[in-house]
Amino acid sequence: MMAATDVRNMTKADAPQLDAEEERHARAKRIEGVAKWLLPAVVLALAIFGWDRIVVINAIPRYILPGPGLVVQTLIQDWPILYPALLVTLKITFMALGVAVLGGVGLSVLFTQSRFAEMCFFPFAVILQVTPIVSVAPLIFIYVSSKLAALLLCAWIVAFFPILANTTLGLKSTDHNLRDLMTIYKASRWQRLRFLQAPSALPYFLGGLRIAGGLALIGSVVAEYVAGTGGVGSGLAFRILEAGYRLNIPRMYAALLLIAATGVVIFMVTTTLNHLLLRKWHESAVKRE
Amino acid sequence: MNAALRPSEHQTEPLGQRTKVLSLVDVDKSFSGGVVALKRLNMTVHAGDFISLLGPSGCGKSTALRLIAGLMRPTAGRIVWEGGQGRDDFGVVFQEPTLMPWATVGQNVWLPFRLRGQSYASVKDRVEETLSLVGLERFAKSYPRELSGGMKMRVSIARALVTAPRLILMDEPFAALDEITRQKLNDDLLALKSRMGSTVIFVTHSVFESVFLSDRILIMAPRPGRVLQEITVDAPYPRGLDYRTSTDYAAKARETSEALMTAMGGVLMEGE
Ligand SMILES: Nc1ncnc2c1ncn2[C@@H]1O[C@H](COP(=O)(O)OP(=O)(O)O)[C@@H](O)[C@H]1O
Ligand SMILES: [Mg+2]
Repeated sequence: MMAATDVRNMTKADAPQLDAEEERHARAKRIEGVAKWLLPAVVLALAIFGWDRIVVINAIPRYILPGPGLVVQTLIQDWPILYPALLVTLKITFMALGVAVLGGVGLSVLFTQSRFAEMCFFPFAVILQVTPIVSVAPLIFIYVSSKLAALLLCAWIVAFFPILANTTLGLKSTDHNLRDLMTIYKASRWQRLRFLQAPSALPYFLGGLRIAGGLALIGSVVAEYVAGTGGVGSGLAFRILEAGYRLNIPRMYAALLLIAATGVVIFMVTTTLNHLLLRKWHESAVKRE
Repeated sequence: MNAALRPSEHQTEPLGQRTKVLSLVDVDKSFSGGVVALKRLNMTVHAGDFISLLGPSGCGKSTALRLIAGLMRPTAGRIVWEGGQGRDDFGVVFQEPTLMPWATVGQNVWLPFRLRGQSYASVKDRVEETLSLVGLERFAKSYPRELSGGMKMRVSIARALVTAPRLILMDEPFAALDEITRQKLNDDLLALKSRMGSTVIFVTHSVFESVFLSDRILIMAPRPGRVLQEITVDAPYPRGLDYRTSTDYAAKARETSEALMTAMGGVLMEGE
């Protein structure tokens, strides 16, 4: 009888405590959920505000440092010039990324299918990767007559290596027991690639893609700096150069803003893709309870 | 009735007439480093056998299984599959569940069929039936990471069984599981085996597991790996709790332990 009462008292005393704990936990989770978005937004807003104050208080002239308001105003005003330039930069970046994916994945498959191919061509891939693009680009612009093709080539050289290296590693990092299983069930080369190596390599490929996305943008901007010449089909980098010569600092900032925004969008797209493709099964993307 | 569920044709046959599935004749295996993994391994497997390879780690149990599975070739000796086409007709269960993490349980079990070019739709019934045999009918759409260790191992067993192979090779399949899960899986394995009439070669380093499961235990010794002794376990199937707690079982476990001690060149513990 005594024991039963004790137990009842205990559960009574414990129950609300447990609820409080759970509630605290839930609250912490809610706060974190909001803070995840709010904090960076607030800090960014503060930084922009600080920038504005510094410009206003110190009366910095617009040809040295324009305030954020002026940059946005310039962005709207110069949109007819900047928008086509943005389209050009986007076109080159995404085409380069596309070709980098095709080239990187294609070569990595070739490398894992044939050791001889790897021995023959891997050194070239490394040489392309380690040579700074700024030093090669002038030559490319001499040899390749189409400016678009030359820009594309530069951006591709910069972007394809991480995809090649990562995907090759991924295709080789298959579970050895699963490999044995494939042998036991007499899987063909193609089946092995399709059912075992490709899925194993997917997380690696996506990691490479995230790096390559940023690099493709860098590659296209750098190549355009080197190309230098204007005319039709000029991207954002050329607009920045041009505005620099004319000391049109606000427009430089507006173009810079567009480049940064492009980079952020590429990052978000690749990150989302990563999440969508891996969330069901890969450690890096699954949510743990 | 589905072929996977046909009752054993072999178990009721008298001993002398049982069909041979496979034999290993004087099989040697050495590795390039000079390690002699197996020396003069002889072994005959009959249809319906449950054979355990029991021995300390490093005595060549896995090597023997990999040779049978055709994953490597013997340095000397022969592996003879009786009845020609039997060569390709086996399933394998490794110590790790070895599931594809990107594929659902159903897709994992489908793999052997998929590699033969059969669509999921065409073997869906068979896959689901096999999953229900291992008690996972509700998990066909789950991913391996959502399952416990024991459940993953069940998936692995289902994948080995789904093609209804003549022979199943198992390499310490339950070694990484807790004792309770392991006993449950041992029970279920015996039930599956008698239901499907398959032949099993089972690698283990557990005396109790081998005595509970098998009708023949091959005691192996290391350096070089070889079979020292064969112990026959006569207790009739089905075996369950009664057998696990019987004096027969205890006596057999003791006999096997002693044989294993001798195999390892060790002396019996005092008090034995
Ligand atoms: N691929 C290999 N290369 C070299 N030595 C190996 C290889 N596989 C196994 N061995 C050696 O062969 C012996 C038997 O190994 P194994 O069959 O894995 O033993 P068990 O499964 O009984 O633990 C061990 O000494 C091991 O080191
Ligand atoms: Mg082993």
